[in-house]
Amino acid sequence: MSQHSIAANSSVVPVQRSMQRSRRWALLWSYFFLVLFSIFFLMPPLYMLITSLKDSGEISAVTNPWWVNRPTFDNYLALFRSNDYLTFFRNSSVIAVIVVIVTMLISIPAAFSLSRMKFWGSTTLATGVFLTYLVPDTLLFIPLFKIFAFINQLTGIELINHWWALIIIYPTLTVPFATWILIAYFASIPKELDEAALIDGAGYFQMLTKIFIPVAIPGIIAAMIFAFTVAWSQFLYPLAFTTSTDQLVLPVGIVTTLIKGDVYNWGQIMAGALLGAAPPLVIYAFLMDYYIAGLTAGATKG
Amino acid sequence: MAQVKLQQLVKNYDDTPAVRGIDLEIADKEFLVLVGPSGCGKSTTLRMIAGLEDITSGDILIGDHVVNDVPPKDRDIAMVFQNYALYPHMTVFENMSFGLRLKKVPKPQIEERVNAAAKILDISELLQRKPKQLSGGQRQRVAMGRAIVRDPKVFLFDEPLSNLDAKLRVQMRTEIKRVHQKVQTTTVYVTHDQVEAMTLADRVVVMNAGRIEQVGTPQELYHFPATKFVAGFIGSPSMNFVPCRLEDSAGELTLRLNDQIAFPVPQEKVARYRSYLSHTSLLFGLRPEHIMEQRPHREPGHHTFEVVLEVTEPMGMETMVYFLIQGVEVCGRVNPLAGAQAGQAITLVADLTNMHLIDEASGKVL
Repeated sequence: MSQHSIAANSSVVPVQRSMQRSRRWALLWSYFFLVLFSIFFLMPPLYMLITSLKDSGEISAVTNPWWVNRPTFDNYLALFRSNDYLTFFRNSSVIAVIVVIVTMLISIPAAFSLSRMKFWGSTTLATGVFLTYLVPDTLLFIPLFKIFAFINQLTGIELINHWWALIIIYPTLTVPFATWILIAYFASIPKELDEAALIDGAGYFQMLTKIFIPVAIPGIIAAMIFAFTVAWSQFLYPLAFTTSTDQLVLPVGIVTTLIKGDVYNWGQIMAGALLGAAPPLVIYAFLMDYYIAGLTAGATKG
Repeated sequence: MAQVKLQQLVKNYDDTPAVRGIDLEIADKEFLVLVGPSGCGKSTTLRMIAGLEDITSGDILIGDHVVNDVPPKDRDIAMVFQNYALYPHMTVFENMSFGLRLKKVPKPQIEERVNAAAKILDISELLQRKPKQLSGGQRQRVAMGRAIVRDPKVFLFDEPLSNLDAKLRVQMRTEIKRVHQKVQTTTVYVTHDQVEAMTLADRVVVMNAGRIEQVGTPQELYHFPATKFVAGFIGSPSMNFVPCRLEDSAGELTLRLNDQIAFPVPQEKVARYRSYLSHTSLLFGLRPEHIMEQRPHREPGHHTFEVVLEVTEPMGMETMVYFLIQGVEVCGRVNPLAGAQAGQAITLVADLTNMHLIDEASGKVL
């Protein structure tokens, strides 16, 4: 008995040791790359933070750029006191929120019908939706501009140089990809769930609102985050479609109002950009748990 | 309460036939099991009854109404799925009451019916839990509860026990039978497990390749299979089939398996088998339980033969023995006390009163 256990032990220990060693190496390498990437990606925001705390004199002075000698919140205070910046912030927020809502109102029913209601051409249409997303934004804004001009000629409605016109434009960028995310998510919902609902007496609309939307919350949140990010950080379109200061959104506003000719107000630019990056960050932080939580667990076998 | 009728039911997927013309009548309150290997069309048939699958041709009647084009929700059926298909975001109570809530049944009535069903299934304590907090067996009960609550004309079960482990499956099998006895609703149950079919069913429908092979009570199927397929499918371990020929030696009809082994055909079967005397493609069919060790008293129809055992499998209550006749592996069931050993020459007894003669060409039991 004792002999047996000794023999067993001696054969087990080296295996365990080598497993531990390979695990340690794997961890070491993971940490090495994680630290490397963290430095790489966190350096710019850190530099922004440092610069935003300096006055313009210190920024242009020849001192260590990574150190703040006379920290000041003047840049932030100046931004909050300027009506322009608050207008940009408001424009951006309203646009982003409405775009998210509009995107969801279009994408959810679209994804549901494309993934569940087999109709003539549904597969082609689903692929088409994805292909639309592959067309670069930069190629779309000239035709869109043309369309706006055409609408103006036809109806007299002026869409150019109005911040709310961006609400009409952004869904052309967000809907295809959001739909695509949701198609994939809906496809992962077991087919028996709709069949059970169908037998229980639900119509397609009830199936969508009572089963699909609640079950697909993580996927819907992922799509919402995507739509929000696109709407919030879009630069090219607002630059092309809006010009008056009161119509600008945050990214364009910062660049156009804080750069006067060849004078760069670096401190305020950095402060404004940092504040502008905050809302998406907060949203990510809040919704990440939701996003990761697999709500379908327990629906079927498992 | 309703009967279900299938008339010349056909289902083709594109050009591949899945169900090739089924005629079936399911009586009111009957527990009918569709059984067959995967791809035999049993699930498709069930899904057509449910209305989840379009019918290519033929008719389905529930009660006296043709329901071919009636949507599932208006057929007054309830279905239990293999993977339960519980709504993951709803509690057990919400799951069970979903159908009633959609029908706008008044709240007190909903509560009453859910509680009654929960009581039948012994899940009253689980009503406030979410599906992911339940074990497999509990989920299965909830899925059944969802069906019972709606008090439908017909229950449809699509392999409801396949996802459970062996022990729980046996337990839930009894549970399903108990529930059926209580609620007395016409039930159509699909499974690939013949044991489940035999234990649950009032009548079993054996399907193969989109057709019905045989319909009958479990006892009928076991003792009087109509085809080789049914004979081999029902019973575990399955029936032995050995090529044979009929010989007439001095007026006695004999069944010859090989040079050494030949049995006299039992008297009651002689008249029936005599016309196949010159037939070339005959199979001798005998279940393992009808091949046993030699016993002190010789019963009528029992005949001894000698073989060399290839493999023995002690199962505790009995020992399965395997040997070759004409290169075909044959299984027998002997008393463990008989001390059968692999490699041993042994005398076994064949109970010929339970034999079957099969025409291999047509697959029919003669």
